[in-house]
Amino acid sequence: MSPFRSLSTAMVKSFIRDKATLFFAFVMPLMFLVIFGLLFRDIGSEKIKIGVYGDGAVITALDRSGVVDIQRFTSLDDGIAKVRAGDLPGLVEATGDNVVLRFAASNQAQAGTVQGLVAGVTQQLNVAESGKPPKYDFRAEQVEDASLKPIQYLTPGILSWGIATTAVFGTSISLVNWRRKQILRRLRLAPIGATTILTSRLVVTVGVALAQALLFIGIALIPVFGLTLSGTWWMSVPIFVSGVLAFFTIGMLVGAVCKTEEAATGAANIVVLPMAFLSGTFFPIDQAPKWLQAVSQVFPLRHMNDGMMDFLVRGKGPQALLLPCGVLLGFTLVVAFIASRVFTWEDS
Amino acid sequence: MTTPDDAIVVDNIHKSYGDLRAVNGLTFTVHPGEFFGILGPNGAGKTTALEIIEGLRKPDQGSVRLLGHNPFPRTVALLPRIGVQLQASAFFTKLTAREQLETFAALYGIETQRAHDMLDLVGLTDKAGTREDKLSGGQRQRLSIACALVHDPDIVFLDEPTAALDPQARRNLWDVLRAIQARGKTIVYTTHYLDEAEILCDRVAIMDKGEILALDTPAALVRGLDAPTRIILDKSTAPRDLPGADEVTEDDLSVTITTRAPALVLTALAERGALDGLQVRTATLEDVFLHLTGREYRA
Repeated sequence: MSPFRSLSTAMVKSFIRDKATLFFAFVMPLMFLVIFGLLFRDIGSEKIKIGVYGDGAVITALDRSGVVDIQRFTSLDDGIAKVRAGDLPGLVEATGDNVVLRFAASNQAQAGTVQGLVAGVTQQLNVAESGKPPKYDFRAEQVEDASLKPIQYLTPGILSWGIATTAVFGTSISLVNWRRKQILRRLRLAPIGATTILTSRLVVTVGVALAQALLFIGIALIPVFGLTLSGTWWMSVPIFVSGVLAFFTIGMLVGAVCKTEEAATGAANIVVLPMAFLSGTFFPIDQAPKWLQAVSQVFPLRHMNDGMMDFLVRGKGPQALLLPCGVLLGFTLVVAFIASRVFTWEDS
Repeated sequence: MTTPDDAIVVDNIHKSYGDLRAVNGLTFTVHPGEFFGILGPNGAGKTTALEIIEGLRKPDQGSVRLLGHNPFPRTVALLPRIGVQLQASAFFTKLTAREQLETFAALYGIETQRAHDMLDLVGLTDKAGTREDKLSGGQRQRLSIACALVHDPDIVFLDEPTAALDPQARRNLWDVLRAIQARGKTIVYTTHYLDEAEILCDRVAIMDKGEILALDTPAALVRGLDAPTRIILDKSTAPRDLPGADEVTEDDLSVTITTRAPALVLTALAERGALDGLQVRTATLEDVFLHLTGREYRA
């Protein structure tokens, strides 16, 4: 076995035999994905409920429109009572050719929607009844909008966060551990170059991140969560690689500065936690205040998040690679340079 | 006496950490195949001296030739020829004894079989599948020595390999160290155990405060101390007026005769048939050590 392969194998074995590490790398992000994925699953997909009394063409057309949930009442008073109580935004009373909409003004937005809907359906029927062709042609076309279903932003967000956490913690703590336990000295005394050590560590980090990505995306694709990948998902690979590189070098820097595993854990938390909360891991960052959005631009996790989301779910084109990849790789170079300056093989 | 074939030539090396002069002008030579001990109290500079010779630290002054090369800066060609035992925790996390050795062997491009031979040499074959954190202190020490030997180096450096071991494990390790020397390896080691150094080492250097106080074979050092021999006898049978006795003391059980002419005293005792409970105690390396380094407590 080559030195590179044997070192990588040793690192992989240490990794998979440590239950705590496995938990933080795979189980914890997955727990977040499952909990948030199920919790927010139905947000934005609920239909407007509407009460109905009587029957006729208007009611049938409303039911067929597919945008409302119809609740039929056999007593008009019961229906009106529901509207009054605020349980329903409106009640349609259809007797013969008369259509009456009763609504509660407390929820103006819903009341307006219901009014527009019922009026639109009624007018459509009127035009059809008159036998004249409509003068104005109206078509509705859906566009890919900026707002996403929760699973669509949760998956790239939690994935990027999980990868960042594992890369920073794994790299920094194993570096400190190796220095403290004199494994670095032992490697220094063996006829292998520093590059071999560094690249084997990097390859293991990328491998672990890849396993995380496959697991998280695989789970999110299950129908109960309902992730749909865009056609350009494969373009997220460069983002993924430059993201792992950026967090790997952050891990190296933390590991180079810290002397004990405890210090490295603390420092890694200080680096990763604020980024996780301010980079759109758990909620879409464009809902945050403008100043916060501006601040979050300094975090590499923000750019990894954005990049992963652009390709995994938004289906953006290759030009969207430039900014996130550029920022992440620039970050990597600067941090790697600093890390190489402060790195020592031995304590003191 | 320095020859080109010497394994290690240390010439007047110095190393200071701030105001502390850790190593203050060491000069000595280690011959190929020699078992060389460096003894000294805590803080004597033994470890720093070893690290300079191994090429891990740069001396402030002076030079080291290790197998004819300068070990600092890191000389890759030299590395396969030296083996350094590190502290007994220098193992890859969660790997078994066999995996540790296989990993280190691979760093030197050495086949796996050698790793198994090393486990056998240090008597850990039955612990091959045990993870490093499940090994006992003695087993970890032996494994760390095996890791230093896995690439079959010409010179082996061992820093207190028998520290914190129980007596059985220590004896066990002595056999390992003798087996290494029997393979023609040069061994340089530090220890606190003077009895051990006296038994194992061809030559010892006694160090304190960064300097060598004495360097010779253990026997020559003991002889050089010119310490009196103590002859101990049962009180009941011990005669009092003996030729050659310098001083005679007694307690409830025995009589102790201190002499610089033990042959004379023993002959006289044998002639009188008064050898019941005879014990003869000569000076040891420990006496030499204490004579040279003083008896006060060390931090």
